[in-house]
Amino acid sequence: MLSEVTFAGFGGQGVMLAGKILAHAGLDEGHEVVWLPSYGPEMRGGTAYCNVVISDKPIGSPIFAAPAAVVVMNRPSLDKFGSRVKPGGLLIINSSLIDATSDRTDIHVVRVPCNEIAQGFGSAKAANMAALGAYCGATKVVTVDSVKALVKETFGAKPKVLDLNYKTLERGWQAGEEGLAAAKKKIK
Amino acid sequence: MGEKKLLKGCEAIGEAAIQAGAKAFFGYPITPQSEVPEYLSKRLPEVGGVFLQAESEVAASNMLYGAAGAGVRIFTTTSSPGYSLMQEAVSYMAGSELPCVIVNIVRGGPGLGGILPGQGDYKQATRGGGHGDYRTPVLAPSTVQEAADLMIDAFDIADKYRNPVLVLGDGLIGQMMEPVEFKQRSTQVVEKPWATTGAKGRPPNIVNSLYLDAPTLERHNIKLKAKYDAIEKDERRWEEYGNTGKLDILLVAYGTVARVCKTAVDEMTKQGIRVGLFRPISLYPFPDAELRSAARQAKAILDIELSTGQMIDDVKAAVEGRVPVHYYGRVGGIVCTPEEVAFHAGRVIKGEQVYTIGEYAGLVTALTA
Repeated sequence: MLSEVTFAGFGGQGVMLAGKILAHAGLDEGHEVVWLPSYGPEMRGGTAYCNVVISDKPIGSPIFAAPAAVVVMNRPSLDKFGSRVKPGGLLIINSSLIDATSDRTDIHVVRVPCNEIAQGFGSAKAANMAALGAYCGATKVVTVDSVKALVKETFGAKPKVLDLNYKTLERGWQAGEEGLAAAKKKIK
Repeated sequence: MGEKKLLKGCEAIGEAAIQAGAKAFFGYPITPQSEVPEYLSKRLPEVGGVFLQAESEVAASNMLYGAAGAGVRIFTTTSSPGYSLMQEAVSYMAGSELPCVIVNIVRGGPGLGGILPGQGDYKQATRGGGHGDYRTPVLAPSTVQEAADLMIDAFDIADKYRNPVLVLGDGLIGQMMEPVEFKQRSTQVVEKPWATTGAKGRPPNIVNSLYLDAPTLERHNIKLKAKYDAIEKDERRWEEYGNTGKLDILLVAYGTVARVCKTAVDEMTKQGIRVGLFRPISLYPFPDAELRSAARQAKAILDIELSTGQMIDDVKAAVEGRVPVHYYGRVGGIVCTPEEVAFHAGRVIKGEQVYTIGEYAGLVTALTA
């Protein structure tokens, strides 16, 4: 098992946290994991991103020319990373903020309205949970229980926030699962 | 065995120092290692240690000199420009035979350079860095776990030889999170009868690097040389990865780039290429006999660095002209990908000219324009 994903968005969209929760979940399930953040000038405005690798074997490179999966939360991230997805890979687009889509026919493109899903449960701030859910729902790289346990660890002290994040995560999960199934039909 | 925790490299380095029994940190923040002082500012007081942010790296390094002279287990962390500022004190500590651990999370240079990963400080690290005829052991981790392990070992090596020890990483090692387990260790209490701890009831100790009498200084230099000889004999560390024996190509890389090369080795092996990786873990002492042995049946070596070629001189010296040594690297904070390494290794195997760093960077720019 080897999964590589890049989460990308603008600062404040929570892409770093989404990646961290994913890496923690991988570790809790007994895998090797790496979480690598962007820490260069892009952190100060523009595109922030992190790479997460989960594997059964010791992990070599934490950087890759062509990631197997990319989750983009804003338009500049789509422009930067959309073309890099490995053929046969997965591109999840936050359709709430990105009108454009990818014209690539060699990858699975899944559009998920992350902000709208989160807003529907109380606050668009939880859009990152919809994105994380969509990625995990599509790839099943970790179980929903592991992710939920970590969401609880992160937001546990605030029941209202926890509820919002749980629901957003679950709806995102479902959107990812269904979106990939639909994309697979299309790509055939 | 402890529990596996997901930690940033910088946090793991800070915690490892505490696990190793470090009692004081003097430093000055600089990206990309400021998370170490941030972590220690909270953690060191919890274990009764001293955390002090100095007014500059020059001041911090001289505080290290003073505390090391008093026999305290001390360390600092910095990044390239900061380490340059510390060279005077490192030379004085080497001359005064004082143990100390220094972490350099190397960034791109020269000058202020950038904050992304680099390996341009290899020669400064392995040749002493400051003035005078001295060396410092240099350990180069390529994972967060290894950073923690080597950090602990660095303190023991420093005490054993009474010498500064350098841990060389880069922003990738410092910023990345990986699972870390701190191995349970019996706390070694090292006797330091030479330390200036107050001379009540004994003759005073003198910690100094000044020897105005030539024969005396020569004796001191010869003594230091004997110490470096012992280090070169006993402190060599390396890892061999992938195939061994008859090889189409042997990659040589350390630190961050070495782990990129591991992925490249896996991919190339799948394609039926006989490729191996030799990873020096101690950069000084450089594991030259071991590299020579690993390269004995290799058709060629590809030395891969995040510099325009610094370790390559040690690689060439090690193989004594028996194997052709090629170079490939990226600079400026760009880390090469496994695909890139495999591409250039493939060119070497086919007997094609390896692109120079400028040619390849130009090619990439043209392709992505």
